[in-house]
Amino acid sequence: MLGRALLYLAVIAVVVWVLAPFAWLVISSVSTRAALTSKPLQWLPAHLDVSNYIDIFVGGGSSTSVHRSVRAGALNSVIVAGLATLTSLLAGSLSAYAVSRLRFRLKGAFLATMLATQLLPTVVIIIPMYIVFRSIGLLDTVFALMLADIAIILPLITWILKGYFDGIPSSLEDAARVDGCTRAGALFRVVIPLSSSGLAASGLFAFIIAWNEFFTAFILSSTLRSKTLSVIVAEFSSKVGVDYVAMATAGVLTSLPPVLLALFFQRYIIQGLTAGAVKG
Amino acid sequence: MRTTGGPRTPRLSIPGWSTWLDRPGFLATLLLVPTVVLVFGVLLYPILDTLRLSLTDRVLSIPASGAFVGLANYLRALQDPEFRAALGRTFYFALVTVPVETTLGLLIALLLDQRFVGRGFVRGIIILPWAMPYIVNGVMWKWILNANYGALNALLQQVGLIDHYRIWLGYPSTAFNFVILANIWKETPVAVILLLAALQTIPRELYEAARVDGANAWRRFRAVTFPNLRPVIAVTMVVKTVWALKEFDLIYVMTGGGPANATNVATFYTYLTTFKFLKFGYGAAMAFIIVLLSLVIAFFYVRLIAPREVAE
Repeated sequence: MLGRALLYLAVIAVVVWVLAPFAWLVISSVSTRAALTSKPLQWLPAHLDVSNYIDIFVGGGSSTSVHRSVRAGALNSVIVAGLATLTSLLAGSLSAYAVSRLRFRLKGAFLATMLATQLLPTVVIIIPMYIVFRSIGLLDTVFALMLADIAIILPLITWILKGYFDGIPSSLEDAARVDGCTRAGALFRVVIPLSSSGLAASGLFAFIIAWNEFFTAFILSSTLRSKTLSVIVAEFSSKVGVDYVAMATAGVLTSLPPVLLALFFQRYIIQGLTAGAVKG
Repeated sequence: MRTTGGPRTPRLSIPGWSTWLDRPGFLATLLLVPTVVLVFGVLLYPILDTLRLSLTDRVLSIPASGAFVGLANYLRALQDPEFRAALGRTFYFALVTVPVETTLGLLIALLLDQRFVGRGFVRGIIILPWAMPYIVNGVMWKWILNANYGALNALLQQVGLIDHYRIWLGYPSTAFNFVILANIWKETPVAVILLLAALQTIPRELYEAARVDGANAWRRFRAVTFPNLRPVIAVTMVVKTVWALKEFDLIYVMTGGGPANATNVATFYTYLTTFKFLKFGYGAAMAFIIVLLSLVIAFFYVRLIAPREVAE
């Protein structure tokens, strides 16, 4: 009996520890400035104030430069993370198939390189990246940010998908090839359709990582042309006299896509996480 | 026309392109081209170029700079008291976060492996901190720790633990530990998820057998659970160590390296040297020192995770 009570006490502690900080951010985003700065602190606002959300989504008269920045940043984030994920899925599924099914020289070196890239601090690639993009006029473009994201997620996608392809019996392909399919045909007609959950897992995982990427976007972007949400939120929070409610709103909106995707497609994310970090 | 029986092999009748496509070596090359171009172009080329830059005295604001200086930047960095202090902070960060997150992750994973009402819900929400963007995590904790209106101050005062609001991020002694706390909140779930997944692969019969032998809970953990989790724990710790060496976002948002350099870790100092003071050559050498440290850890990482794959 005591054991059960302690168990539930521990569970409640974990739930509070995980949810409370984020809950406070959400509450702050629908509070009024007066409620947030009151002493003693008024934990729950007397009435919900969603005006910041409305100003960001609808625009209109009361929308400030902050709201416009969040809108522009959201669009840039969607484009950068979305295109980086799609490109990486396309290239990654091809190379993962090669690694999983075909024999070729330097395969071990290729795999080791893919794994090792995950461990590099971004600070080591960003200096030349900055110089190159600067010299060809690509600084402050979504294209540059997308390329930087691909460098981070493509090795990961290749690695995760290889695990999925390894799990598909090659007898299925052999059967297709007896029926006249080429190897490449078997890849597109048999292996890829059978790996849809692998594509979903690696795609969602990669999208969240690309969406959350800050350092490369921070260095490579300088205006609303390419600044992503993370960059805008970071900038915003370091301003003096920051509007706490608007800051919390921007924070919640930036978190929502990855958090909702992770909660709804949890099975896939966990597969991606375990395959990406702990293969074998 | 063939006169002997047996299945027709249509592949033989279509010479040219598709035959080429069926040669594993050629097909492999073709399939690898996009990935190799992208990864090598956007990742490996910059790494090599960083290496080259680190051997020069390039300063972005001085067009004539860029002369070869050999290992001078490396020697200078290793003697630079600021950089050495920054490396020391990075090690402190890793030495606290890695054991704490792994231990906490193991305890929570063991808890979530028990049967209780609402287990699915708790397992579900545990992923939330992992999914949060690093920057929002930093902003959120900075707001919670705010000296004037922060929730932590309000909470501690209302329960009577402090009598006046504290500037948590304003003092060197507390600032770094609160940055570490924010990191622990965000990164512990990864350990929980990895360890919980590993726990579920341990055959239940092993526990039954141990129970029949009269082993109590602690002995079952020592004899069955821990040995089975050991490889995953090792990998988790190595991955987390590498991540700790990379930490930048939280520092940037929560403290900007301050107060009085208390949170100025190696990556942040490298960033300041490079992009604030535009010493690209010197910064590149620092970046490479961090990479060399990561590679030492990466070596163990690759050996731990993929001894079979890479041996191929």
